[in-house]
Amino acid sequence: MQFDEFFSVVRERLGSDKGDDSSKKKTDIPAGLLFKCPRCRSVTFIEEFTRNGKVCPSCNYHSRLSARERLKITADDGSFREFDRKMISKNPIDFPGYDKKQQELREKTGLNDAVLTGRAKIHGEDLVLIVMDSNYMMASMGSVVGERITRAIEYATEKKLPVVAFTASGGARMQEGIVSLMQMAKTSGAVARHNEAGGLYISVMTDPTTGGVTASFASLGDIIIAEPKVLIGFAGRRVIEGTIKQKLPDDFQSAEFMLENGFVDMIVERTKMRRVLAHLIRLHRMPEIKEGDDNE
Amino acid sequence: MSEPLSASVRLDIIRHKGRPTALDYIPMIFDEFFEMHGDRLYGDDRAIIGGVASFKGTPVTVIAEVKGRDLEENQKCNFGMPHPEGYRKALRLAHQAEKFHRPVICLVDTPGAYPGVEAEKRGQGEAIARNIMEFMTLKTPVISIILGEGGSGGALALAVCDELAMLENSLYSVISPKGFASILWKDASREREACDIMKITAEDLVRLNVCDRIIPEADGGAHNDPNQTADNISAFISESLQNLQIKFQKGLDEMINSRYNKFRVVGDFDEFPHSDTQPEETKAENIQ
Repeated sequence: MQFDEFFSVVRERLGSDKGDDSSKKKTDIPAGLLFKCPRCRSVTFIEEFTRNGKVCPSCNYHSRLSARERLKITADDGSFREFDRKMISKNPIDFPGYDKKQQELREKTGLNDAVLTGRAKIHGEDLVLIVMDSNYMMASMGSVVGERITRAIEYATEKKLPVVAFTASGGARMQEGIVSLMQMAKTSGAVARHNEAGGLYISVMTDPTTGGVTASFASLGDIIIAEPKVLIGFAGRRVIEGTIKQKLPDDFQSAEFMLENGFVDMIVERTKMRRVLAHLIRLHRMPEIKEGDDNE
Repeated sequence: MSEPLSASVRLDIIRHKGRPTALDYIPMIFDEFFEMHGDRLYGDDRAIIGGVASFKGTPVTVIAEVKGRDLEENQKCNFGMPHPEGYRKALRLAHQAEKFHRPVICLVDTPGAYPGVEAEKRGQGEAIARNIMEFMTLKTPVISIILGEGGSGGALALAVCDELAMLENSLYSVISPKGFASILWKDASREREACDIMKITAEDLVRLNVCDRIIPEADGGAHNDPNQTADNISAFISESLQNLQIKFQKGLDEMINSRYNKFRVVGDFDEFPHSDTQPEETKAENIQ
């Protein structure tokens, strides 16, 4: 029940009336020229918005990036080596239409599922990167998302590398039923082992981080960072409003709300993210891996 | 067990007013149950109870999600929907069990974690995530039994275990059938239809490698004979504790590895080493 309608919440926030199962999802850019901010509702020319790193110039809402856009502004040029890119999901509960839908999305997005994982460098620091992409079924977590993330963390544990995960998700992937729920256990288990081995894991919550992803690896970082104004929560807003029979304030389940309540370590702006990550990784560098090349 | 019933018929059975809850089963299955209260951080959640008890002479820790049998009980236990402090109490008791080397027995019965303002403020997502992670490496045997409803993350928070059993008519799902219908079809009234395509019965979950054992209920459902159902649960616990004892003797690491692998293997995907449909800029690396 707590996962009920979290997709609706996300849709509501973004002012879109299309479901995640609609193959031609409406973007939040009316007429392709303007960006309407889902947080403050102000309208900006798309050109200015893009130049600003897809951050709303009036309220500083950090809007969604595709996984590839995120990689481009995060990893050192040419450093990303992708893992498991040829892994695609099957249909564990024989959900009608799921195979076809995946096929269409693969063609449309150029992704094989809702997450990219791989080795990368940030300011020369080696790490394993996990980047979710909400353009693919609202980055819901099914078998492929769970397996890629788990393998990426296991790889990092073995190679003694830090993990940075940019999370974004509507939660569990309904179409995979219980198998989707088990991905929460699988990914969290991998984090548990990474912890026991003394590995660093930084979780960066981006818009939107909700449901089963919030209730698993996204909330388990040694350090939890959020981008400004993004949606972070467990239960869907509409479900909660239905429970309490009143409207919730706008900043409910925002990054700032989570910071105030003690579930996020820091809010970091997009333009500063690379530098902050590199610094934090350097401060946690395990001495046996490298030493003596600090250059800042 | 006779003819398998459909999931929607089982939904009626687990919603039967007389269906026994954890409050009924605990005194029938365990002796000397001492309830322990509170998470030591915020408060005491009545939707999850826990404590130390004796199972046929063996000390165990019992942690149970509680549904009420009438309105008054339901108000107290919030209709079986825990808040973060409930999950944190469960984790506290699990660590206590670890310290004293007693097995943990979790009885799961919840529509889901509570979706409310206070629950969000106190970190419902974080509480569930932490339980999942810490149960994964808990250094003592863990058995979970789904009694009625196993609703999504709120159930999983008490179901990361060495052996998972389900009562014959119980259902365990990623989301309530109602939520499923309302998200995918925008129509919550198609709940029963959702139920039947979601693959959420005990038999489905055995096939999907999630459930290890099915515990038979009395004919027509547990409410027809709670004592017999309780005996069946006891028989399962005895057998399971024996199995785990054997695993445990082989070594703690082995037991924890096999718990990890129980979840590690769940997933349904293909890998095509020869297809090449991916965009430029990335080089593949096979990590295995």
